[in-house]
Amino acid sequence: MAESVDSVIARYNSDASRLMDILIDVQSAQGFIGDPAIAKIAEELGLSTADVEQTRSFYHFFSKKPTGKYAIYLNTSVNAYMMGRDAVARTFEVEAGIPFNTVTRDGLIGLFDTSCIGMSDQEPAAIINGKIFPNLTPFRVKELIRDIRAGKSVEELVVEGYGDGQNSNPDVRAVVRNNIRKIGPVLDPDYKPGEVIRKKLTEMTPQQVIDEMKRSNIRGRGGAGFPTGMKWEICRQAESDEKYIICNADEGEPGTFKDRVILTERPKLLLEGMVVAAYAIGARQGILYVRHEYEYLKTYLEKLIAGAYKRNLMGKNIAGIEGFDFDVRIQYGAGSYVCGEESALIESAEGKRGEPRDKPPFPVEKGYHGQPTVVNNVETFCSAVKVLLHGADWYRSFGTTDSTGTKVVSISGDCRYPGIYEVEWGFSVNDICGMAGAEDVMAVQVGGPSGSLVGASDFDRVLCYADLSTGGSLIIFNHTRDLLEDVVLNFTSFFIEESCGSCSTCRIMPVILRDKLRKILDARGVKSDITDMLEWAKVLKSSRCGLGQTAANPIVTSIRNFRHLYDQKIRGEMRYDTGFDLTRATQEGMAATGRYTHAD
Amino acid sequence: MQKPVIATASLAGCFGCHMSLLDIDERILDLIELVDFNKSPINDIKEFTAECDIGLIEGGCCLDENVHVLREFRNHCRILISMGECAIMGGLPAMRNGISVRECLEEAYLNGPSVRNYNEGKVLPNDEELPVLLNRVYPCHEVVKMDYFLPGCPPDAELLWQALTALIHNKEMDLPYEVFKFD
Repeated sequence: MAESVDSVIARYNSDASRLMDILIDVQSAQGFIGDPAIAKIAEELGLSTADVEQTRSFYHFFSKKPTGKYAIYLNTSVNAYMMGRDAVARTFEVEAGIPFNTVTRDGLIGLFDTSCIGMSDQEPAAIINGKIFPNLTPFRVKELIRDIRAGKSVEELVVEGYGDGQNSNPDVRAVVRNNIRKIGPVLDPDYKPGEVIRKKLTEMTPQQVIDEMKRSNIRGRGGAGFPTGMKWEICRQAESDEKYIICNADEGEPGTFKDRVILTERPKLLLEGMVVAAYAIGARQGILYVRHEYEYLKTYLEKLIAGAYKRNLMGKNIAGIEGFDFDVRIQYGAGSYVCGEESALIESAEGKRGEPRDKPPFPVEKGYHGQPTVVNNVETFCSAVKVLLHGADWYRSFGTTDSTGTKVVSISGDCRYPGIYEVEWGFSVNDICGMAGAEDVMAVQVGGPSGSLVGASDFDRVLCYADLSTGGSLIIFNHTRDLLEDVVLNFTSFFIEESCGSCSTCRIMPVILRDKLRKILDARGVKSDITDMLEWAKVLKSSRCGLGQTAANPIVTSIRNFRHLYDQKIRGEMRYDTGFDLTRATQEGMAATGRYTHAD
Repeated sequence: MQKPVIATASLAGCFGCHMSLLDIDERILDLIELVDFNKSPINDIKEFTAECDIGLIEGGCCLDENVHVLREFRNHCRILISMGECAIMGGLPAMRNGISVRECLEEAYLNGPSVRNYNEGKVLPNDEELPVLLNRVYPCHEVVKMDYFLPGCPPDAELLWQALTALIHNKEMDLPYEVFKFD
């Protein structure tokens, strides 16, 4: 019997700021969040139904209608298509007997599209009732649907055995593989959890911790590259009794999956990093915000946090440091790329729509519940622990002067060894391709769709904040790929799907750009269409957050670096063509009034 | 030197933008010193009699006739300007864009309260001379190339004046915030 809405609300003490958790649990228990549930939640939390409805409607994995006893979410990322998504999707439709984004009449199976789920090295992948099913083939899909119809449980659908490392942990039991190909300071398996808290923090003042971070020159690993020591210092100096640490584990950039591997294999390192940061800024509460797609790690992570409490690495007077109290809770998302933006993430953690805030003030001044908050990427927290363990000088021995340390990158696409590589900053694109066993490379997408599509002439450029900055997503394309049709169009559609809609520029311009791109791909484009796209893309810079501001990057960087691909598709000498067709535009009006065009 | 020639048209608009043009008040006298007017509702010249330098278009395209007029302007004007919200975005007429043409016609001629009891033959006007409704209202730039856009509903008279004089004198436009802000 499904858990009642009342009991879910009671679990969170009718706290309106935990609306996300309440909706997640209702969705999970009942398979959808209907109007009666919304009315009930609104009443109990003292919100209007519109408040609840606007949060519900914002997230991809919340549904107003039943999603089926087996809700199948198949990834639409570029990697999925490169690995045969079309055939897999068609087989799902044929076997289930329904098109995507519908549910079978008996309510058994629901088929849905979903944006990148962080499995780019094992695509095509689907999420079925929270469990990951990677490396799908049409054959495997037939098996899955047959077994679902035979009444097997989601656990019983697994036939390939669980993945390596902690993927086989009884609390995880995922078919996912880590594919760790190169280790460094962050991924080093020779790590003793709690060592830095017990041996270093006990001997350092918070200011000394911050000074060490500043000296290491470490910068944020999420992509924007803000100096971590400075962020912590500003937050420490902000006047408030309540401060918060938030870990951003909402990696949603297509092609990135390194946080998934860190959460699986080095979660204690990450949690220790949050404790270190809490000590430095004087925070007493922390939130680990994890994307919904990694829900299968929930029990595992919760138990690890409970274990940290038992070992006095969290909770009260941590490691015997009088007055150093720090609690961490996990906040799951519900499917939204924009929540990777720190202020949107905070909104989401407060139970609201994940729309970026207007800045300033920045989260370090006014963040979670209006209090000073440090939001850092998973990898930043992990690196911070190593900085303290071995010292800033040791850390600076890795990487370049401007970009110190290492970067965990997710490599996928046309290469023999897709997976996770921890490299020093300063690796060139050529190095990346060589390392991953990629041949005949036409282009590399550095930094995911919001980054740059670079071609051979840029392959000697290096990964660092000053040149090719990246949050860690690297997707390789060989010469068999149609960059515009397969890659640029896919990425642009991704931005359209994932725009939060708050700024009209990001809500509208990517659609206009996609239509122009389609016009060119349909061989209806003229020269000015290309220059128009470059000009019009500029208005996106007025968007509120970095995600909107970069939404035209797939088109802009591909025009810049692969102009010939566009020029090839341009027709004739015509300088301008709106594509307007008067005959087509008047057909409806003619038919409605019983007038017909002359047949001549 | 010959004076620049201006033509204007109101397509699917309300003539509000043309009214705003008249709102430049006594500077209209300066304007006619600066330019000659060709085809325009202001002087009631119905056909182009010369090639023009600047075409000002009010309104978007909701009928095939609008498309013909707009294309004619494109052919005869060196610089074509979308003047006001309807020309730029479709404006108020574009509110019908989510409704089918048949439904619009039936509401206007068969079902609307003011016609319900009077159209006994249940006729939708279909004389060959009548222009045909387009499937939706198009902003001008989706039909022909437009060179400039002057926003507003209507654009402020000052904005129109500044834009025209800047174009005529080949100067950068002076655009203080008050001229284009939302009010």
